[in-house]
Amino acid sequence: MAANGLLANRMRSALTMLGILIGVTAVILLVAVGNGASVQINNQVQSLGANVIYVYPSNARGAGGVSQGFGTAQSLTQEDVDAINLRQQDPDVVAAIPIAQSGGQITFANQNYFAPTTGTTADFPLVRNYQMAEGSFFTSDDVTSLHRVVVIGQTVVDNLFPSTDPVGQTIKINRQSFRVIGVFAPKGGTGFGSQDNVVVAPITTVWAYLTGSRGKVISQIVASAASPGTVTQAETEITTILMERHQISDPTQADFQLQSQQDILNQATSIATALTLVLGAIAGISLVVGGIGIMNIMLVTVTERTREIGIRKAIGARRRDILVQFLIEAMVLSGLGGALGIAVGALLAREAPNISAFATSSFPTPVVSVPSVVLAFCVSVAIGLFFGIYPANRAARLHPIEALRYE
Amino acid sequence: MITLEGITKTYRMGKVEVHALQGIDLEVGEGDFIAIMGASGSGKSTLMNIIGCLDVPTSGRYVLDGTDVARLNDDQLARIRNRKIGFVFQSFNLIPRTSALHNVEMPLVYAGQGGRTALAREALSAVGLADRVNHQPTEMSGGQQQRAAIARALVTNPAILLADEPTGNLDTASSLEIMRLLAKLNAEQGRTIVLITHEQDIARFAGRTVELRDGRIVRDEKVAA
Repeated sequence: MAANGLLANRMRSALTMLGILIGVTAVILLVAVGNGASVQINNQVQSLGANVIYVYPSNARGAGGVSQGFGTAQSLTQEDVDAINLRQQDPDVVAAIPIAQSGGQITFANQNYFAPTTGTTADFPLVRNYQMAEGSFFTSDDVTSLHRVVVIGQTVVDNLFPSTDPVGQTIKINRQSFRVIGVFAPKGGTGFGSQDNVVVAPITTVWAYLTGSRGKVISQIVASAASPGTVTQAETEITTILMERHQISDPTQADFQLQSQQDILNQATSIATALTLVLGAIAGISLVVGGIGIMNIMLVTVTERTREIGIRKAIGARRRDILVQFLIEAMVLSGLGGALGIAVGALLAREAPNISAFATSSFPTPVVSVPSVVLAFCVSVAIGLFFGIYPANRAARLHPIEALRYE
Repeated sequence: MITLEGITKTYRMGKVEVHALQGIDLEVGEGDFIAIMGASGSGKSTLMNIIGCLDVPTSGRYVLDGTDVARLNDDQLARIRNRKIGFVFQSFNLIPRTSALHNVEMPLVYAGQGGRTALAREALSAVGLADRVNHQPTEMSGGQQQRAAIARALVTNPAILLADEPTGNLDTASSLEIMRLLAKLNAEQGRTIVLITHEQDIARFAGRTVELRDGRIVRDEKVAA
C-alpha cells in the first residue's frame, strides 16, 4: 500500500531519495577515506615494528638549569647499550642498538643522491625488523674493525643503481669510499620518512669517517621487546637500568626519554579517529538535509492526499493505520535512498585508487568498513522515521469529514 | 437495525452556534430501503455523518445493529465503520492510481481479513464489473466507478449501506443503472440501505421517504413499491 503511493509519484520519490542518497554516499565515502588514512598510518607504524622502544636523550640542562631543548643532551653511551644488552635486569628486551645519524651526499659513478646514513651495530635488522633482499648485513667484527661497508635500502638502489647490481660496488659518502655488501628487502610505506631510503653502516665507521668533529654521539638507542605485549615491562626495565647507570633517583629529572612504537601508534590512531569523526560529521549534515527533504515531500504528499486519507478513514482505517502507512512510505524512501547511497559510495571508494589524480598522490586508499555501511543504512531508515513522524501524525489526525470534503 | 433517539448536533462556527439537528427520532429496520431528503442546510449531511459514524451527536442515543455508538472514540468508530457500514459517495471516492480490485480489497485490509482477492472479485462480479478488476478509476466511466464503489461498500458484508447522493455526479442513464442496482441489492439480498438525496426521482426507488427541514423530520412516509 505504501509502495503504491510512492510509485504514483515516481519523479518526486526519486528526487527525495536523491537527497538521502547523496548524504549516505558522502558519509560512506568520507568515513572510508578516514579509515583508509587510519589503515595507512597503522601499516606504516607497524612496519617499523610494534615491539620497538626508542630511547632519546632528553633536554640538556645548561647553567642554572635552563632547558636547551629536546634531544640536546649527549647522555647516551655505548656502555648504556651494552648494559641493556647484558639482559641481566631486563629479560623482556631482546636486543638494543645504538644509532648515530649522519647526512651526506652519496655518489656512484655519475649518479648522485642524498640519503641519511645511519651508524649502528649488527643487531639492527633484528631490532628494526629488516629482511635482506641481497647480500648480507655487517657483522660485529665489521663494527669492531671499523670496516667501511654499507647496507642500503631499495630507494637508494633505485636512485644510484638504475642498471647495476649494487652488491660489491663501491659508493662514496662525503667523498669517503664504502663497499655495498647488502640490500634490504623493501618495507614499503610512504609519508613521514620512507623505510627504504636508508644507508646503514657500522657505528664505529660512521664516527670515524662521517660525523667528524661532533664525535662519538649516540642520538638514540633502539631496543626491541620480545613481543608487543611485553613492551611495557621492557620499558620499565630499560628505565631502571639507565636511571641506575646515570645515577638519577627522581624520574622527572631523567636525562633520557622512552617512546615505544605503541605510543606513536596510539597517537596516530587517535588522530585518524578524530579525522574520521570530523569527516563523518560533515557528511552527516548532508544526511540531515536529506531528511528535511523527506519531511518536506511527505508534508506535501499528506496535503495532496487529504481526500484519500478521508476515504481510507471512512472505510475503516484507524489513526494507527494511516500513521503506519505514511511512516513506511517515508522509511522506504530513506531506506532505498540509503541503500543506493551505500552502493554508490562503495563503488566510488573502490574506484578512487584508479583515478590518476589520487593514484599519484599519497592519498589514502578508502576502506569501506562493514559497521559504517550498517550504521549508514540504519541511520537513513531512522531519518525517514524521525522526519516522517510529523507528516504521518498530521495525516493520522485528519478528521474524516473534513478530509472527505477537501478538494 | 438503526435506532436514533433525540439526536441533536450543535456546531460552533466562530461565535455563532449552529443547531444542525434538533432532536431526530428515527427507526430503520433490517431490510429497509429508506431515502432521506431535504434541501441543502436541512441537516441531512450532518445526519448522514452521524449515521455513518463519521461524527458523534451532541446528545441523544444512536444504536446501530445492537451497538450504542454515540459515545465511542475515534478508533472505535473506525472499527464500526469498517465492519457495519458501507459508504457510497457522490464523487465515488475511489483511491486514484489504484486498480478496482485493490480499491475493493481495502476495507478488508483494515479489517485484517484473509482471502481478500477472492472476496473482492466476488463483490466486483456482483455489481457487474468482473471484466474491470484491473482498471484504474480514470479508466472507467462514472457509472462503472460508482459500481466499483458499491462493491467496495459491500465487500465487508456491512449491516447498512449508506449512499450519499450516489447519482449526483452521473447522467440520467447511469443514475438509473445505479439505482436499479441498489434496488436489486435491497430486494434480492435484503440489504438495509439508507439513501441521501434531494431528487424526488431518485428517492422514489426507496420504500420509505423521510424529509428533513431545519434539523427536524417533517415527513416520514412509506411508499408503496
